Amino acid sequence: MNKPGVVRLTAASVLILWGAAALGSEEFVIEQKDKDFWYQGVKTVTLKVKVGDVIQFKNMDPYFHNVFSLSDVKMFDLGSYPLGQSKSVKFEKPGKVEVECAIHPQMHMVVDVK
Amino acid sequence: MCSHRILTAVIFYTILIVPGRANDDRGAFRLPEVVPAPADNKPTPERIELGKMLFFDPRLSGSNWISCASCHNPSLGWSDGLATAMGDGMHALSRSTPTIVNSAFNRFQMWDGRFRSLEEQVWGPLLASAEMHGDPQEIVKKLQSLPGYVQAFEKAYPGEGITKETVAKAVASFERTVISKDSPFDQWQQGDEDAVTAAAKAGFVLFTGKANCIACHQRPDFTDHGFHNIGLRGNTDEGRYLKVPVKVLKGAFKTPGLRDVALTAPYMHNGMYRTLEEVVNHYDRGGDNKENPDPNLKPLKLTTQEKMNLVEFLKSLTGREQVITLPRLPQ
Repeated sequence: MNKPGVVRLTAASVLILWGAAALGSEEFVIEQKDKDFWYQGVKTVTLKVKVGDVIQFKNMDPYFHNVFSLSDVKMFDLGSYPLGQSKSVKFEKPGKVEVECAIHPQMHMVVDVK
Repeated sequence: MCSHRILTAVIFYTILIVPGRANDDRGAFRLPEVVPAPADNKPTPERIELGKMLFFDPRLSGSNWISCASCHNPSLGWSDGLATAMGDGMHALSRSTPTIVNSAFNRFQMWDGRFRSLEEQVWGPLLASAEMHGDPQEIVKKLQSLPGYVQAFEKAYPGEGITKETVAKAVASFERTVISKDSPFDQWQQGDEDAVTAAAKAGFVLFTGKANCIACHQRPDFTDHGFHNIGLRGNTDEGRYLKVPVKVLKGAFKTPGLRDVALTAPYMHNGMYRTLEEVVNHYDRGGDNKENPDPNLKPLKLTTQEKMNLVEFLKSLTGREQVITLPRLPQ
């Protein structure tokens, strides 16, 4: 019953990956842990990415987190989601994007898009 | 199937693992011995004493009649016992008076978190026309005309004079001394098994487990310094959303710390609950207002005994009484 959906999803993922690879864009994973942003096991307040890169924000805490930005360069609100879930954002314009968790505003980082 | 397994694992973790961990993790709720203060305003006895005078001085208000202590009354848990505060001209405000207790540890001040530090916060209520209705220039002029204050400022902040900044620094220094500690809960956490009742211990297990209060009221000061819409019936105040327009914040307010909570009734940003029992019942229902509620809220299905145990636990968070002597104000 679910299989066609899975196949379509997989095909779509392959297309996205192929597209990303073709453009040279990367995907970064930022973990939300102990009410901080972490990249590759290090607390992170600034992350440099390129135009077209994607950041996946993954909640590692046993309570809900949110991710949003009201920056002019990239405005988004990923809503709130629980432990283990993640949501992604693509950064399409250069500039500095301030990213926060609205629920826990001590969680704050800057994505520097080059 | 997979999500069912995950759900089962989460329930197992919540019910069985978390209470066990909480009990084995003694010391995790211990507050720092040194109260944090900004590098340019480290506390000294002179700064604290000056701040205390300013805190209790009604002449800082436009009416010369309201001091910080009018609302933050040490006899009433450094709050006022009212559902919502009373401001200039005896007009009721729309939100309740948050306690000063342990505000030194807050990452955000005010119900909507509009100020970060205590120094920033001081001039908020002082100048708000609905609150103390003060005028900054008048206040500074008034203080400069009183030799007792001129001397006290010089001792506390040599060479800095009487300014908006030094007034804020002094009041903040005093507020940082209002700390709840050595509660029965703290004594139990440090190994004294007789410091709290069996009901309070059972309440703590519920707090960190089945009731999941710990999701927001986190260690060590029982707050996540976060903002949540807790589904209060009839609430129309948009709270933090008015400062940060992100959907999850509509109707959200700061998670208050819970130390001395038994002394600071009534509860919630609008003071709608008179007792801790009413608060526990609210969370047991999973909140009432279903517009944009925090996703952590869900009916808890607590028994009457469990609710009583939770309240017992909350009462065990009352710290040792801090004796406050009223200052003689410069004339």
